Amino acid sequence: MASSSEIREKLRKKRRGLQDSLVKNKNDDDAQALVPSAKFKVDKQPTAMKNAEGNDEDPGETLRRTLRAQRQRRKKTLLEQSLVQECHDAEGVSIAQGCSANEGSSHRADDSVISTRPPTGSQRDLSVRSEHSSSSKHLDAFVTKHLQEKLKAARSKGESLQQQEASAASTKPVSRLKRLKNRDTVTRFDSEVDPVSAGRHEDPLSLRSRVKFREAARKVGKDVPTAEETYNFFTYNHEPDQPSQLDRISRKRQRRREKVEEDRDEDGQAEAEVEEDAEAEEDNQNQNECQSEEAPLVRNEDDLFVIDHSPKDFVEVKKAEYVAYRKRIQRDRELLFTPSFQTVPTSIKLPENMKPRFLEDEGFYVGDRPPISLTNENILENRILKMAEGNKWFGDDGKIIALPDPIKESSTRPPLFHVEGELDPALQTVHRKPFKSKYANMYIAGAADPEGDYQLDVDVSGMIFSHHPLFSREHVLASRLAQLYDQYLSRQHNNLTGHLTDKLNGLRNALRNMVKIHGEQGSSEALQQRISEYSLEVRSTRQLRDTEQEKDRTLLKSIIKVWKEVKSLREFQKFTNTPFKLYLRRENIDRVLDEREYEGEILAEVLEMEAESEEEYQKKLAEYKKQLEDWKLWKKKQKAKRKKKKKKKKGQAQDDTEEEEDQDGSESDEPFEEGPVKPKPPDRPDVDSMEQWVREKASRIRRKPGEPILVPELSASGSITSSELCPRAEIARREDVSRRSLFIKIFYNYKEVSRTDSRSLSTDFRAHFGQIFNLKILNCPQSINLQVFEEIGSSCSLLAQVFVPVPDPSIVTGSAPMEEFEFSSNQRVMFDHEGVGSDVPLSFEPDGSNKLTLLTSGKLSCCVSWGIGEEGVPLAPPVSQQPGATHSGRGHLDAVSYIGASGLYDMKKIGEWATQSRLDPNDPKNTSIMQLLKVASSGEVTAPDYFRLEHLQEEFNFVTDEEIERSKRFRLLSLRNQEAPEFRYYKFVPLLEREISDKVFQDYEKRLKDGEIIDTREHLDPHRALVAKYLQKIRESVINRFILAKHYYQLSDLVIEEEIPSIGSEQLQTRPAPVIQNRSASWNVSLPIRMRILGINLFKLAESKRPLKPQRKERKKVTAQNLSDGDIKLLINVIRAHNIPIRKPQSNKPGQSSQSAIQGSDWYLSQVQVRPFVEVSFQRTVLQTTTAEGPNPSWNEELQLPFSAPNGDYSTASLQSVKEEVFINIFDEVLYETGPSDKERTTSIHTQIEKHWLGSVKIPFSTIYSQSKIDGAFKVNTPAVLLGYSREHGSNSVYDHWRSTHGGMFIRLFITIEPQLVPGESVREKIKEVQFESQEAERLLQASERFVKDAAESYPDRPCITTVTDLSGKTVFITRYIRPLNPPQEFLDAFPNNPQEATTLVARFVSLIPSLPDQVSFSGTCDLWSTCDQFLTLLAGDEEEHAVLLCNYFLFLGKKAWLIIGTAIPEGPTAYVLTHEQSGYFIWNPCSGQFYDKDDTFCPLQTVGCLVNSDNVWYNIQENPSPLSTNFDITKANMWKPFFSRSFSHPGLSSVQPEELIYRHTDRAAAAELQDRVEKILKEKIMEWRPRHPTRWNRYCNSTLKQFLPKLELGRGQDVAEGHRLELQNLLGDYRIAGFPLHLPFSEIRPIIEAVHSTGVHHIHSSNVEFALAVYVHPYPNNVLSVWVYLASLVRT
Amino acid sequence: METTVFLLTVNGQIEGANFPDYDNLYCKYCYVYGHDWAPTTGLEEGITQIASKSIQSHRLIWNFPLETTFKSTNPSGWPQLVVSVYGPDVFGNDVVRGYGATHIPFTPGHLFPFLRHTRTIPMFVPEPTWRLQRFTDWLLGWRPEYTDPKVVAQGEGREVTRVRSQGFVTVCFHIMTKDMKKMGYDTGPSTPSTVQSASSGWSTEVESYAK
Repeated sequence: MASSSEIREKLRKKRRGLQDSLVKNKNDDDAQALVPSAKFKVDKQPTAMKNAEGNDEDPGETLRRTLRAQRQRRKKTLLEQSLVQECHDAEGVSIAQGCSANEGSSHRADDSVISTRPPTGSQRDLSVRSEHSSSSKHLDAFVTKHLQEKLKAARSKGESLQQQEASAASTKPVSRLKRLKNRDTVTRFDSEVDPVSAGRHEDPLSLRSRVKFREAARKVGKDVPTAEETYNFFTYNHEPDQPSQLDRISRKRQRRREKVEEDRDEDGQAEAEVEEDAEAEEDNQNQNECQSEEAPLVRNEDDLFVIDHSPKDFVEVKKAEYVAYRKRIQRDRELLFTPSFQTVPTSIKLPENMKPRFLEDEGFYVGDRPPISLTNENILENRILKMAEGNKWFGDDGKIIALPDPIKESSTRPPLFHVEGELDPALQTVHRKPFKSKYANMYIAGAADPEGDYQLDVDVSGMIFSHHPLFSREHVLASRLAQLYDQYLSRQHNNLTGHLTDKLNGLRNALRNMVKIHGEQGSSEALQQRISEYSLEVRSTRQLRDTEQEKDRTLLKSIIKVWKEVKSLREFQKFTNTPFKLYLRRENIDRVLDEREYEGEILAEVLEMEAESEEEYQKKLAEYKKQLEDWKLWKKKQKAKRKKKKKKKKGQAQDDTEEEEDQDGSESDEPFEEGPVKPKPPDRPDVDSMEQWVREKASRIRRKPGEPILVPELSASGSITSSELCPRAEIARREDVSRRSLFIKIFYNYKEVSRTDSRSLSTDFRAHFGQIFNLKILNCPQSINLQVFEEIGSSCSLLAQVFVPVPDPSIVTGSAPMEEFEFSSNQRVMFDHEGVGSDVPLSFEPDGSNKLTLLTSGKLSCCVSWGIGEEGVPLAPPVSQQPGATHSGRGHLDAVSYIGASGLYDMKKIGEWATQSRLDPNDPKNTSIMQLLKVASSGEVTAPDYFRLEHLQEEFNFVTDEEIERSKRFRLLSLRNQEAPEFRYYKFVPLLEREISDKVFQDYEKRLKDGEIIDTREHLDPHRALVAKYLQKIRESVINRFILAKHYYQLSDLVIEEEIPSIGSEQLQTRPAPVIQNRSASWNVSLPIRMRILGINLFKLAESKRPLKPQRKERKKVTAQNLSDGDIKLLINVIRAHNIPIRKPQSNKPGQSSQSAIQGSDWYLSQVQVRPFVEVSFQRTVLQTTTAEGPNPSWNEELQLPFSAPNGDYSTASLQSVKEEVFINIFDEVLYETGPSDKERTTSIHTQIEKHWLGSVKIPFSTIYSQSKIDGAFKVNTPAVLLGYSREHGSNSVYDHWRSTHGGMFIRLFITIEPQLVPGESVREKIKEVQFESQEAERLLQASERFVKDAAESYPDRPCITTVTDLSGKTVFITRYIRPLNPPQEFLDAFPNNPQEATTLVARFVSLIPSLPDQVSFSGTCDLWSTCDQFLTLLAGDEEEHAVLLCNYFLFLGKKAWLIIGTAIPEGPTAYVLTHEQSGYFIWNPCSGQFYDKDDTFCPLQTVGCLVNSDNVWYNIQENPSPLSTNFDITKANMWKPFFSRSFSHPGLSSVQPEELIYRHTDRAAAAELQDRVEKILKEKIMEWRPRHPTRWNRYCNSTLKQFLPKLELGRGQDVAEGHRLELQNLLGDYRIAGFPLHLPFSEIRPIIEAVHSTGVHHIHSSNVEFALAVYVHPYPNNVLSVWVYLASLVRT
Repeated sequence: METTVFLLTVNGQIEGANFPDYDNLYCKYCYVYGHDWAPTTGLEEGITQIASKSIQSHRLIWNFPLETTFKSTNPSGWPQLVVSVYGPDVFGNDVVRGYGATHIPFTPGHLFPFLRHTRTIPMFVPEPTWRLQRFTDWLLGWRPEYTDPKVVAQGEGREVTRVRSQGFVTVCFHIMTKDMKKMGYDTGPSTPSTVQSASSGWSTEVESYAK
């Protein structure tokens, strides 16, 4: 306490000091200045309030007081807070520079607060305050100051708030109101939080607040706070903030203070009481806010006093105290209470002198008490009674008050109390498999609502029995009568007789008229025909009418007869059971007229019959005559025969036989030769008997003339004898009848859906139901079945069932008529009373004869129709849903069969049919159709000349067809879907129409339009353009074919499956992959072998991981689908080259020669022979190797070229169609020293690098792709002449022997693609599946398939072809292609004496035809073989075509030639030609025209697969397939396996080739023109390629070269260079010349340009370079052109 | 010219799988979509970690997130998610355990369970062509596989294969689309009116629920 007061003292001092140093401390001066006035102000305010309070202090106004007290309290607390804050503030501002705001300080603050408590108390209460007035003096000032600060802070806050909300002022009163209203909820503590934390914790904040404070102080100084402001200040609700720990402490402090106050206000004033209540409330509140309020309070209090104590002071150490057991129990008993189990007497539970009152007994509702065990209840009661106010827990009835049991019991499953096995077997659960309803899948399609919008109305109106077991005899008769009468009525209604009579009359009239009109003029054939038809018609009609009339008559008779029987029966039994009465009404008629009619009728009939019989007679007569004629003829023949025989037999001379013959005639003579019997003439018809017959008939079937017409009328008006008057048996029957009742069950789809009420059987055996059942249906109606049940007492039996047809959808309720369905039952029922029973013989005759057996039967009147919905919509399914719905034109079934169902819509056909079948216009059945015809023929209704299948289609066309055609987007989409080449890979078809530019279609439309126009610019040659077009067409058709094939999938296309390797054990280890291809072949392998293989494979599992002799493994192949640009690289390993030409010393040049003279003989040694390097270019990427030296350089370098597929599409098809080629060019790097310029003579030497093209190799990408790797030595395509180079090597060349045999330059390369792509498997496989049509015999095809399969199985790497696809896509056997064909005659004429020359010429001709791989042309590996004439027309083809042509030429030339199917580099599987000469076997490359000796190691052919000639195919089964080691003697069966052998001989296949080839002479003028154009284009191109340098053409040189080129052509590219070079040197002495002629077959201009470009001649950038270019086109027959391009660069030295 | 596109964002995850007989599986996924589609962001293909079953649960859990945005001009060729599951067999060979595919849902939906798209994809593998093969395949760890898992997203050519079902993979998607409605494709359920999509254009109900 002392310390705290000291602090306070210090504080005050400090403050005063501060006040003194007002001038110095700028921060505080305003505030200090304010102090006195503010002090006064604030002081005054509470005082005034207190005064008011004091005045108001009027006991009784508790409410007001409470309110006020609360307000007061708030004020007070605020003040207190500010006070506390002031302390801390002071601390913070003045003292606590070094003292941080921590716990310690807060403790101290606490102390100080406690010290100030008395003053605060005084402030609250006036009386108290007066006591402490002395101390409150300074306190006042203190408080005032703080209040001012507070006000300022609040104001500044308010200002800032004002800034945020513009309408702060207006809202203020509202907020105040609110505050008044929820006073209790306002937390007092929150208000001070902000300043407290600001002041204590956050220095920057405090600074700011200080600034604010200053400003506010200034303001306050100016204007004194009004009452309003002060009020606001006190009630201002500050922004809530996180209550800090310190807050809590301050709160605690407050509470403590309040407690102190309470203590102080002991005098028990009302106010204090109120205060206390409020306090309690507050406490609650506090507890809510800070749960651990109470505990810390106590502890803190302890802390307050304990602060000086050490823990030692509290801990007492002493021995454990033993408490005796009894004592402890005693003590426990004092403390513990164990409620007893005893029932508590009611008297204790109830207030004294009260009797338990049971509400329930008094009639009140008391709910069920929750079930509690009695013990528990007792315990509870005992426990409750122990409590202070325990009694209140007991109700009036002395029981614990309890709410009714809230849990409602409801069992979800009745408990089964049974032991296992004791269950009644009838209750055992039977498990059945669920089964699907039979009609589950027969829902009516199109029912949008599963509830079903279809409704069937079954109207069961009633039933009548035509026979019932309970019928009496009279009933039987009566029912018969009724039936007959019904029949009569219906007949009367139909009036068939009348109709037929009318028709007959009409026909007769017509006939009569016809005869009358045309009778005189000789009747024509047609008329005759017509008349006879009519009479036939008349006859049949008459017959019909007669039968009808007869029926009418008999019906009438039988009605009368039955009625008579009924009458007699009634008389006999003396009672009446049925109400029926028959009246016969007579209709008198004019007797005379009637008779006349009758007679006329008979007459007409007789006449007709006469005519008919006459006709019949005539017919028969004619027949007779004919037969007679025949007979006579036959007779004559017989006679003639007999005569012959007689002559024969005369020789034998046997008289008796002769006589016999004469007498007996032919029959006896030759019994087997039975002739026709002699016909008898027909009888004439008897007219009299005819009339007789007619009259008889008429009297039988017709009313006699003059007889009145009898019209029966049946009425049910008679009375029934009442039961009393009846005999006993009858009474029993009637009782039986009344006992019975009927009801009907309705079955829908064999399921009972409903049943009628049961109706008792009435005496007339009718039952009326009159019930309509509405069936909502889901399933298609299959059957509707009504079952009639009869009920006798409780038992009921099925009488009969009636099947009702499912109504037509057009039949809806309301319009449907009642229909009667007959039913019957064959149940046998017998009675001992009058009832006749059922299935019991019954006789009406007195003698018991003529028994009849009656079965229960009757009619059910009901009606089934489709319901009508609310809007009158029929609730019927659409017509198509109706199974077995009959055609609406039931009456015209004949018509349907006549014109077909669709024809019903065709008016013309109907009309035709109507006329042909002569529809009776009077027939009421035909009225509708006649009317229709009339309308149609009148032209009012034009019958449509089309039949629309989809009536509603139009409604679904949301736009018109034109509109959709016009839509660009739709067009784009459909074109893409059609895989039009321009759009096949089109991505992102724009979403909006306007975003599709018309340009998109330009190419496509152009292509479509240009289909006919030939682009000569591209092709230079109209013929070739045509060919290109033709090729394009073929390509399209083939592509279309393959698009089909592409969509045909095999398992291997989709699933990778490691096959079980088949036998071919030698391959097993080395090449498992290829074996996979012959899965089907392996099917034939028997199982044991398979097991062995399996064993091998298992063995393989155990083989060592790193074998000593590792085997080459297949690289993993990558499917091309998920690749992207940059993934694929082309690896080209340039290993070495041989025989590179070396530079030649330019000895002819004077300057040079002197130089070389200086160098002397060691020129060869010192001078670089050649410095070759290889440049590889592919897809605009150019890479080169380092420069090596010498003619046989070794680079051994790997070049990696990136590959990107067209359109970024890496699908197999796309990759196959890549046309680009890999150019491998060999250059010589030449360094020239350009002499130092004259102007500055320095020591520096400039060298210039030039590269001179030496040769090139072209490899198409498609080859690499299909081969996956290419390895070998390639012959480099070298120009015939290389200026400045010589192939003559120095004598010291190591490779002398090579040079001697081969003039060529070779380069060894290894090319592959990384990663390895799966080459597109040939479409051939698929073609087989698709089964392209073939004209070959099935047997041949099968044999060839087998042959190929076997071949592939044994030697998978050797190609074997037996069948090929021709241009039309048909499969053709390969030998059909081979046939001797004539080469152009001029070749033969050129060298008549030298067949060798002719051979080479022919080979050259063939090689000049441009080569075009099929893969490229038909984007898919599909080999199409064209015949030689097609080939020569197309002027483009694969190796096969070349080979076939060459082979055929050779055969013509009389050579032994075969086609070799094998593999070569770089082509891969290809075709070569083999010839057999005296000197041995030669292999010809048809594309280059070169030939190789069989033993030539540089032969590009690597494997020999099979040999083909026109007779047979031989498959190579030798160990080593390379031509070097192959024996070409095909007769050796152990080396060559023939296709046609003894077992399968050659069927004599005709050739597909033409007999003779016809050649056209090529127009020389055209060739010359082409030559000029090529030259012009090339010159332009070269200039184009040198954009920065001038390109000068040396004309002189040009012409020289041009003259030279034809010589080259003549020499066929043979080395004629030396002379030429010398010539050139002479001509152009001053120039250093580098140049070469290029030779190409001509197809189009692009390859020529490419070839020129790849030589890189244009790269020479020397300033004084000149160029020379010459083009020569040599025409061969059939437009085969040989193009020579001579390129040279000249540098003036 | 910039083409108008609509966007489809697929968020979600491959939650797990239910392969009663197999364990230690991992899953690969990729999308298959038509010509007019292109992914703009996110991974187009992915491979999950290897997941093992716990003793109690028979589910494999990957919880592998998917997050890809596609742009497109044509709803035809709507992306499909193709999943394929692999795992070791008895001998430790990595073999395929199932292929499956599902279309990406086109109704926008998100994390709330009633609008989340969860797909349980039944998985299957191609069958060996004959029985002995099955045995050897089992023995040697050669199982028939599709040449390309994307085959399962197409219908063409499947008639030549025979498959066996193998389990299930559960994938959940949260779909967002942009400009679909603007382009005239209304895929979603009636979007709550509270959603304002004027500012972003993303038809997401996310915002309305996030509030």
